[in-house]
Amino acid sequence: MPTRTPMEVSIAVAKAVQQADVDVIAAYPITPQTHIVEHLSELVANGELQAHFMNVESEHSAISAMVGAAAAGASTFTATSSQGLALMHEILFIAASLRLPIVMVVANRALSGPISIWNDHSDIMAERDIGWIQVFCETGQEAYDAILHAFRVVRDPNVVLPMVVNIDGFNLTHVIEPIYLFEQEELGDYLPEHRQSLKLDIDHPITMGPVGIPEVYTEAKKQVEDALINSKQVILAAWQEFGRRFGRAYAPIETYRVEDAQILLMTMGVISRTAMGAVDRLRDAGKPVGLIRCRLWRPFPLPEFREAVRQASIIAVIDRHISLGAHSGPVGQEVRSALYTLPNRPQVFDFVLGLGGRDVTVHDFLEIVELAEQYATQGPPESEYTLIGLREV
Amino acid sequence: MIEIRFHGRGGQGAVTSCEILSMAIIEEGRYAQGFASFGPERRGAPVLAFVRAGDKALKLREQVYEPDIVAVLDPTLLRIVDVTSGLKENGWLILNTKKTLAEHKPKLRSDLNLAVVDATTISMDILHAPIVSVSILGGLVRATGIVELNSLEKPLLKRFGALLARRNKEALMQAYWNTAMA
Amino acid sequence: MAEKVEKRAIIGWRNLALGCAILEPGSSMHLLTGTWRLQRPVVDPEKCNQCGLCHIYCPDLAMTKTAAGTYEPDLNYCKGCGICAEECPKDAITLVEEKE
Repeated sequence: MPTRTPMEVSIAVAKAVQQADVDVIAAYPITPQTHIVEHLSELVANGELQAHFMNVESEHSAISAMVGAAAAGASTFTATSSQGLALMHEILFIAASLRLPIVMVVANRALSGPISIWNDHSDIMAERDIGWIQVFCETGQEAYDAILHAFRVVRDPNVVLPMVVNIDGFNLTHVIEPIYLFEQEELGDYLPEHRQSLKLDIDHPITMGPVGIPEVYTEAKKQVEDALINSKQVILAAWQEFGRRFGRAYAPIETYRVEDAQILLMTMGVISRTAMGAVDRLRDAGKPVGLIRCRLWRPFPLPEFREAVRQASIIAVIDRHISLGAHSGPVGQEVRSALYTLPNRPQVFDFVLGLGGRDVTVHDFLEIVELAEQYATQGPPESEYTLIGLREV
Repeated sequence: MIEIRFHGRGGQGAVTSCEILSMAIIEEGRYAQGFASFGPERRGAPVLAFVRAGDKALKLREQVYEPDIVAVLDPTLLRIVDVTSGLKENGWLILNTKKTLAEHKPKLRSDLNLAVVDATTISMDILHAPIVSVSILGGLVRATGIVELNSLEKPLLKRFGALLARRNKEALMQAYWNTAMA
Repeated sequence: MAEKVEKRAIIGWRNLALGCAILEPGSSMHLLTGTWRLQRPVVDPEKCNQCGLCHIYCPDLAMTKTAAGTYEPDLNYCKGCGICAEECPKDAITLVEEKE
């Protein structure tokens, strides 16, 4: 039986990495990712995890070391946040392009400036197009499960891509909550051994990362895109298998009280739980409001999303990043473009909130639903998105 | 659902209080979240930490705005922070103070329940440090009965190791029996 | 008018190795850079002191050691860049124009 343990979510994440039996960890400390890698370095130092822990001088080096280690066939893990992820930027594309099965936790934190160490999604939203699989988590249990799931997915010979597990900084990483931890035997063969067909091996020399001349570059990109899109089958199968074995099932788009819902809230990450509380209140008051939560962000689960919103007349999308100069936040843009070609599409209103650690409350969601109804009946707002909780003077 | 807010100063142990209490609640098979008002750690600055407890999985991830219980780890905070802000009607205020119930009670909202304990003296006597994270819990548990005392043992052991856990347990019990309530 | 777009690609994406890797070791041997040459290096074995600097500096590893210990360009790969002649401390290498 899994043991129900009270613990900080970061520690549970480190525990999952340990259970995945990684070979190499390279990381540079940055708040609020720190507790994850600190605990991993302890596990390595104590001999509880037989892995190589590389202390590097920057996140650029951390991800570069991961690329090197993964290219040599090692199972690899790293974690970062905010500026650290931004510093990794150029290498992130290379990891996907080289088809390296790296697992990385992003403890989501606002990008500077102004300097902020607090939670929002601006770090990962700036890295939407890197070619990595990207998932979000809502609870500590989900974070632990997601790490195990991620290692199963990236080790699948039909995927061979890197994967980001997004865990909201502080609001999830630093919370103490009950988490069911597996004994290693219970995991059994859910986690396959790390075996890589393509790797640097002096006995069988190959060239990785050659120049992509114009006569090849398009085809190389298509290969990564195809792998990313097709990875969805493996991602879903691994979630279903997780559900079968361990009783917790996950899906790319998850719903909450959506029966006959006219208005749907759409969220990602930890605030989804607060949104559930808001939906409960609205349902109690007789309002047909439901919630959809996007767990799989890349590859974007287009058919599942369309199916989930088929019956709704209004979607209130929550963005935790402000896309400066664009007409709405990144999730809002994604949702609108996903629906544009459909003949009968719901109205989409985009709301940006919870930036740089500003607390997202039940009250915020009640206000959003009220505004969305108002926009639907009295016409849309002047701006294509609404900044919630903004103080004017 | 019960919500608790701890007021402390950076380095004083408010986050540790919230860790140990939330772990104890979880040890009892219930649900809890323990979290802080996250920020850069600055010793001495006023800090907040929160515990949210319930019998079912919690569908709430916001900070605590209307606590059922407020615990204050440092009496000097009363001068600069409105510690009873949002505290529910008939809620509990747990104060670490050298003053008596009678000295504090008249200054409070009349509906509130008050518990006082001299956690600092207890911690100085037993731990030889003004770290009141555990002794304040003695007062809180005595007043509210939010957890069984036994449930705190495992979290104390996990947090402090055998030797320090034993001394903290002693501080906990001392505070528990020396809490005055009205 | 330009030819059909697909013709500009040299390989289909379905045939591309994983991660665009090159699986054949030493595949650059297939690229006969010797066809690019305008001038060829000619070594005077009398002047050559067999130091091997031309071999080290040659960007295509085209300067190869002969049985006598002196160096000769492998004309399949020598691009005629002239670095060997520039670096030779004995001025043993001269560049001569390729004939039509």
